[in-house]
Amino acid sequence: MSESHLELTRVGIEFPTPKGPFRALTDVNLKIEQGEFISLIGHSGCGKSTVLNIVAGLYQATEGGVLLDGKEVNSPGPERAVVFQNHSLLPWLTAYENVELAVDQVFKKTKSAAEKKEWIEYNLKLVHMDHAMHKRPDEISGGMKQRVGIARALAMQPEIMLMDEPFGALDALTRAHLQDSLMEIQKDLNNTVIMITHDVDEAVLLSDRIVMMTNGPAATIGEILKVDLPHPRDRLALADDPTYNHYRSEVLRFLYEKQRKVEH
Amino acid sequence: MNPLKWAFVEPFYKLIIGEDRKGQVNLLVKSIGLPIAGLLAFLIIWQGVSSHIHTSLGQFPGPVQTYQQFVALSDEADAAAEKEAAFYQRQEERNAARMAKDPNYEPRVRDYVGPPTFFDQIWRSLVTVMSGFVLASIIAIPIGIVIGLSSNAYAAFNPLIQIFKPVSPLAWLPLVTMVVSAVYVSDDPMFDKAFLNSMFTVLLCCLWPTIINTAAGVATVTQDLKNVSQVLNLSWWTHVRKIVLPCSIPMMFTGLRISLGIAWMVLIAAEMLAQNPGLGKFVWDEFQNGSSDSLGRIMVAVLVIGVVGFVLDRGMLTIQRLVSWDKSVALR
Repeated sequence: MSESHLELTRVGIEFPTPKGPFRALTDVNLKIEQGEFISLIGHSGCGKSTVLNIVAGLYQATEGGVLLDGKEVNSPGPERAVVFQNHSLLPWLTAYENVELAVDQVFKKTKSAAEKKEWIEYNLKLVHMDHAMHKRPDEISGGMKQRVGIARALAMQPEIMLMDEPFGALDALTRAHLQDSLMEIQKDLNNTVIMITHDVDEAVLLSDRIVMMTNGPAATIGEILKVDLPHPRDRLALADDPTYNHYRSEVLRFLYEKQRKVEH
Repeated sequence: MNPLKWAFVEPFYKLIIGEDRKGQVNLLVKSIGLPIAGLLAFLIIWQGVSSHIHTSLGQFPGPVQTYQQFVALSDEADAAAEKEAAFYQRQEERNAARMAKDPNYEPRVRDYVGPPTFFDQIWRSLVTVMSGFVLASIIAIPIGIVIGLSSNAYAAFNPLIQIFKPVSPLAWLPLVTMVVSAVYVSDDPMFDKAFLNSMFTVLLCCLWPTIINTAAGVATVTQDLKNVSQVLNLSWWTHVRKIVLPCSIPMMFTGLRISLGIAWMVLIAAEMLAQNPGLGKFVWDEFQNGSSDSLGRIMVAVLVIGVVGFVLDRGMLTIQRLVSWDKSVALR
């Protein structure tokens, strides 16, 4: 039996509430290979973030479990770096110092001070933030903050990158720009990525597989769509590509026909 | 250029080069003219009202009498300083003369003992309040952080804090006095007991606002930042140093400023009540003295107490600006 890089087996979770337990997820099964880019897509409230938080170790699954390289995940750790939706940079530290905090923690004993400095600067350069690395988060734009968040995650050299709607709060142009950067970086470093998104185009453009989730409560994986488009992908060329548009309409059909969100 | 340093000069500069004259004049009237107008109105009302109040110690002091008493107190302090200098000079000369006569003579150096001047009393009160405040902060900030981080610690300490917080520290004063005189027994004491009594009373009142506000500040750390800390596997100490402390500094300083404000008020009352040296004792002595100058002197003390309190608060704000990452914090 071949072992996957990351394996979610029959994962379910219940949250205690004053009205009794609330079942958010049930029977989530997913196997992810090294270097794969996975998108989680679904309507809001369907438990996408809960899946991500369980993989990150911030939540504990009530049933089933997560294996990373055959080892059970039950607490957070830097080998599963998270890029948070609202960047979550420490506002009192500069971009450089934010990345430094992560690098100091992960490479405490393995890198010298000079190596650490070089590594921090290398990662900030990767996300094109080397020109503003000594600015604090309140001095840079939203897109730049998210870049620093990505640099912080990359600098941990994680086994797997977990991204919680990383571009959700950005304008369309900045988002496109960051998506291109992310594709480039992922191709170079061959990171394994799980990204939450509500953006259908983003999911098709970036992913190797799109995991579509059913509506909650007791949400689970509805369908998995394999996106068989060659890399590197170019958003302009793909706009008229029939295969691309086919994938796009598959996802849309899942979201708006099969799992139509019932508004109360 | 630091804009804070130049903000004061800017309207004058703009007036001279003729940029937006009307706006600059309005700004100057608002920032300088109105406070002066308020002060003048106060002085006029004070003068008017005081001339109509007659007490058994004479007329209530107006601004002029108060100023005269301030000058008199300064003169007394100068005279005392001269006397002290003269005393040491005489002593030195005497010792030198005896040394010349008898080379084996061991010169005896005595300290000058005179009654404390008004300015000595101010200094004494300042030293007392700062010692009590600093000591209390050293105790209260770590407690506040621990309580803020752990809901269990909060549950355990909260009833105690809620009960002791409303107690006037003056109620502690007799207990503090008795405990200090029973416990602090030494042949060569480093501090005198009156100082310790006042300082511990100040300390007791400074603890609670600092603890409560520090704990509240720690609670402002968002779940996002806690998640970052968990994903990075930060140690408890790094978490506190890098995330909790910077986040709680604004609330912590709110607590420190409340503490220092209360401490200054309490100290004056404690000095009056326990006859411990300081500004409070000065006020009480003048009241007991009952001369025709006394009310004026007390009025000087009242104003000085106010100015010192104001300066202490501004000092805390300045320190807050230095240590806080958020430089936009308003001076209020």
